[in-house]
Amino acid sequence: MSKAASSLPRTIGAHAVLLTYTAIALFPVTVIVVNSFKSRNAIFRSPLSLPTSETFDLIGYTTVMAQGDFFLYFQNSLIVTVASLFFVLLFGAMAAFALSEYRFKGNTMMGLYLALGIMIPIRLGTVAILQLMVASGLVNTLTALILVYTAQGLPLAVFILSEFMKQVSDDLKNAGRIDGLSEYRIFFRLVLPLVRPAMATVAVFTMIPIWNDLWFPLILAPSEATKTVTLGAQVFIGQFVTNWNAVLAALSLAILPVLILYFFFSRQLIRGITSGAVK
Amino acid sequence: MSQQSLEHSQDRRPTRWHIAVFLAPALLVYTAVMILPLFGTLQLSLFRNVDNAQVFAGFDNFRTLFGDPRWSASFWNALGNNTWFFIIHMLVQNPIGVVLAALLSSPKLRFSAFYRTAIFIPTLLSFVIVGFAWKLILSPLWGVAPNLLDLVGLKSLFVPWLGKEEYALTALSLISVWQFVGIPMMLIYAAMLSIPDEVIEAAECDGVTGFSQFWKIQLPLILPSIGIISILTFVGNFNAFDLIYSAQGALAGPNYATDILGTFLYRTFFGFQLQIGDKNMGATIASMMFFIILAGVCLYLFLIQTRLRRYQF
Repeated sequence: MSKAASSLPRTIGAHAVLLTYTAIALFPVTVIVVNSFKSRNAIFRSPLSLPTSETFDLIGYTTVMAQGDFFLYFQNSLIVTVASLFFVLLFGAMAAFALSEYRFKGNTMMGLYLALGIMIPIRLGTVAILQLMVASGLVNTLTALILVYTAQGLPLAVFILSEFMKQVSDDLKNAGRIDGLSEYRIFFRLVLPLVRPAMATVAVFTMIPIWNDLWFPLILAPSEATKTVTLGAQVFIGQFVTNWNAVLAALSLAILPVLILYFFFSRQLIRGITSGAVK
Repeated sequence: MSQQSLEHSQDRRPTRWHIAVFLAPALLVYTAVMILPLFGTLQLSLFRNVDNAQVFAGFDNFRTLFGDPRWSASFWNALGNNTWFFIIHMLVQNPIGVVLAALLSSPKLRFSAFYRTAIFIPTLLSFVIVGFAWKLILSPLWGVAPNLLDLVGLKSLFVPWLGKEEYALTALSLISVWQFVGIPMMLIYAAMLSIPDEVIEAAECDGVTGFSQFWKIQLPLILPSIGIISILTFVGNFNAFDLIYSAQGALAGPNYATDILGTFLYRTFFGFQLQIGDKNMGATIASMMFFIILAGVCLYLFLIQTRLRRYQF
């Protein structure tokens, strides 16, 4: 397939468009991070230049470190995200296995019932969720958030995982049955390892909205001890609006962990998304 | 979704308890924390708080929402803004996503992994970061945006976009587009990768290349993905809250110009300034959002999805 003449300008054009958009995507992030290392004067005088030895200043970071309880917020976010992810993947995979493996009365209805939550956002139930949490004494606990996020993540997890589980060969499972494995062992030993790529996809789709959510932490767990990073950053930045060094530093601190994680996992993440969506 | 063709070996045993065990945890959590509260909210919208007791009020709350001029003005304002928010996403985000995906999926493109990684970064950031970052950049105090416009000689075009009633909503919609372009890009990119090479090669043999190849071969094949993205955008937009809240606060200023259903619900439920929070009116607004989203989803499922042709390779 040689498309000699027209292909070079087209390639250049493609790169030009992609580079432009990459610049648009990265510019705001870069401006924030670069300026967080500058002194107050330099931030305003030349916002678009890199910090030099004269303008380099960590005052913003020291302010943030002294004021905010970022470490605690970070820990809360981590606990909530990891725990919810664990339950979504475990419960979701179990339900997906039941739906894709066995024929039973109400199978389709059950699948539709669980799929309902993909389209109807859980946020609309907030008023009653808050009542439920107040009644069960879970307000201002991380448990409340974990419960809500587990419920929020389950529908998509069940949907994607059951599509994948349908592809696991029946022969393999039947061989396991003949060898006397129980249904539980077949699920945990045979099927789960085979759908790991799909689990990664689900993990990504589940994790990002949980880590970034502002609504439920704001409503269900706004106390100092249970603030997540997102809510903590929101409140903190709100208090320091006029202290630009601190605001820029706080934003950078909130951006950096995500970026570092992303650079480590971007390959799996993108492969997960693309492989998940192909099916 | 309606593929029931896969035949499974059925072995009839008396009671297969393991099915129940596999389903129970997911069903329990999902029903208790999601479905019941959803219906609980619908139910609360039919009640009213009289002397600290919930009294059944029929459709009074809905009558207030639509009949009382103050409520209905806020509601229609929020709904209108929300619709505009959605339109901008459909017109800007999804076409850009398609173009980027089409460029990325061309087979011999170098650095495509780099582009993909970089363009997806904003999607990972939280609304709080995005909202504040853009607020700072567009701020007339700081001057990043005017400086940039100055570089291309367009400084006179600068307006404090987020502070002007007529521009604020559009500016925020574009910020949200900037953040989420990665999602349509990735989904369409995946759909394009799944188009078999033979189809593309056959097109090339017939002399269909470049733009017309995209228009006539690839686009029809990715239409189902575009449909899914549209409905996801719809649900996401009519349920949005975080970006507006972190950039403009619960009052969705200037002068409610950026108020969407999510912020309206938040204000009504929790109260603000002089108004005290009202659980039942909050539930009423949430119910309206529920009906709007449900209507959109049904429209998609029954009218659009059934007409999209899916190709099996």
